[in-house]
Amino acid sequence: MTDTAEARNASALGSLSELAVSITKNFGAEFSLDIACTFEPGITIVFGPSGAGKTTLLDCIAGLTPPNHGRIAIGPRVLFASEIRRNTALRHRNVGYVFQDLALFPHLSAEQNIAYSLNAVPAGERRARVNAILESFRIGHLRARKPGEISGGERQRVALARSLVTNPSALLLDEPLAALDARTKSAIIEDLRAWNETHRVPILYVTHSREEVFALGERVIVVEHGRVIADGTPHEVMSAPMQETVAQLAGFENVFDTTAVALHENQGSMTCRLGRSTVELETPLVRAEVGSMLRVGIRAGDILLAVEKPRGLSARNVIEGRIVSLEQRDVIVVARVDCGVEMEVHLTIAAREALSFQPGKKVWLVVKTHSCHLMRG
Amino acid sequence: MDWQAFWLSVRLAAIVAAILVAIGMPIAYWIAYSRWQWKFLAEAVVALPIVLPPTVLGFYVLVALGSRSPIGRWWQSLTGHTLAFTFTGLVIGSVIYSLPFAVQPFATAFAAVDSRLVAASSVLGASRLRTFFRVILPLSIDGLVTGIALSFAHTLGEFGVVLMVGGNIPGETRTASIDIYDKVQAFDYSGANQTALVLMGISFVLLVLLYAFNRKLSAVWQWK
Repeated sequence: MTDTAEARNASALGSLSELAVSITKNFGAEFSLDIACTFEPGITIVFGPSGAGKTTLLDCIAGLTPPNHGRIAIGPRVLFASEIRRNTALRHRNVGYVFQDLALFPHLSAEQNIAYSLNAVPAGERRARVNAILESFRIGHLRARKPGEISGGERQRVALARSLVTNPSALLLDEPLAALDARTKSAIIEDLRAWNETHRVPILYVTHSREEVFALGERVIVVEHGRVIADGTPHEVMSAPMQETVAQLAGFENVFDTTAVALHENQGSMTCRLGRSTVELETPLVRAEVGSMLRVGIRAGDILLAVEKPRGLSARNVIEGRIVSLEQRDVIVVARVDCGVEMEVHLTIAAREALSFQPGKKVWLVVKTHSCHLMRG
Repeated sequence: MDWQAFWLSVRLAAIVAAILVAIGMPIAYWIAYSRWQWKFLAEAVVALPIVLPPTVLGFYVLVALGSRSPIGRWWQSLTGHTLAFTFTGLVIGSVIYSLPFAVQPFATAFAAVDSRLVAASSVLGASRLRTFFRVILPLSIDGLVTGIALSFAHTLGEFGVVLMVGGNIPGETRTASIDIYDKVQAFDYSGANQTALVLMGISFVLLVLLYAFNRKLSAVWQWK
């Protein structure tokens, strides 16, 4: 059986073939690619700065450039293996590849672009397949138009459809949606997900945008200098590294032990309970699990006090408390507020006068999510 | 005016242009995409007719086609006569003479096709041949038209090679430019002027059409 026939059978069976890559490629002394990774069916985000080797990785998988050593296989089908000198020609690899610049054929209509790979398919079946993919990517009305006559988002859909109509056994997307607005982007991703519900192939989605990583929210590998430096969920690998060191937190007036109680990965935030109190703070997301012990630091000058419960604020933390003491230090008024834990808050003299703060007065503390600084407990 | 000579020229130019499409495209493809390190040698050979005096070229073609060369003898054993001083001989000489005028615009145009489109075609399972006919060629129409028009016009006006290879046989090798030369030799200036005007008119119209079709003619002279 030929490679292509094998590939067609594999995709016809809806097989759940993983893409296994273990390659090195050298570019002189300065840069080398050295990646060993297995991509399960579903979307894997390949994240990294430009020049990290992301596109080279895709080019190696597609067969546009050969690795120096290693092995590339989709399920049982070996596309490249240096030890047996196998290097399947790119046109027999049956890998879908959407280039960063899409590379739509400018002289062909959307329909002709999509049907391009189906020249060996009988006319009737070809028409049916093209129509089906046009419909699932909602571009039937564009079939007669050329790439120069449609919008960026539409071009993107045509390029995806052109790659997917071949029923590829793996799909490579090189920053496919970088130039699109968020709405167009998420609509296209939904259509792509829907397609992959039935086809279940590994999809490598290259991006250098953090927002896209969180929006797609599946497995992500982080590539830097040609190496995989992290591999996991977006939350695990993308969160701000455990930022503050002890020394940095030393300047904070308010430092508390805290427990992570909930992670909101798609919002980039988490909920932490302060000490043994019931006070919960929304903080930036860091690499942690539920139950992790952390330390949180908040500057006294970053906290607002309100005499009535505030509404319509962007700040996510509004905590009820009572003023314990007020003490003037030079031009700053230091207020101690009991809200389950004791917080130090710095006010101006004018603010104290205007709002007539006194010990015993009921107040609300307002703390922005990003005013909460976390470190490992 | 000698219409027989004129139509002979047109026929010669059309046949040569057609042959150059057929053999010029593979050569141009190779020049545009080969990574052979000695490629420049082949490029120089193809470009040689541009700088070579037509008489030099014509002389060697005559020798090569004559009954003393292996090619000439092989042709003679096949057909009973030599290639020299025949229309076929003229075609062969003209094809060589006009080769760079076809190959250069073809190669420039092929090389200018976005390499990502060629890669996309391969990724989509197309063979090299299919990629060439479905992607490279349609995107090189400018260069193709330029090459055909230039080789046609160049062949129409050639003189030295025709004189060396073909001589001056009416209806067989007597082309319009030979006719002009003949008439001037016979002091028939008005007759020469008629034919010259027609040739100039055709060349001018061809170039006007070409420039109108493709404003990037200057690219013709750039090797890639």
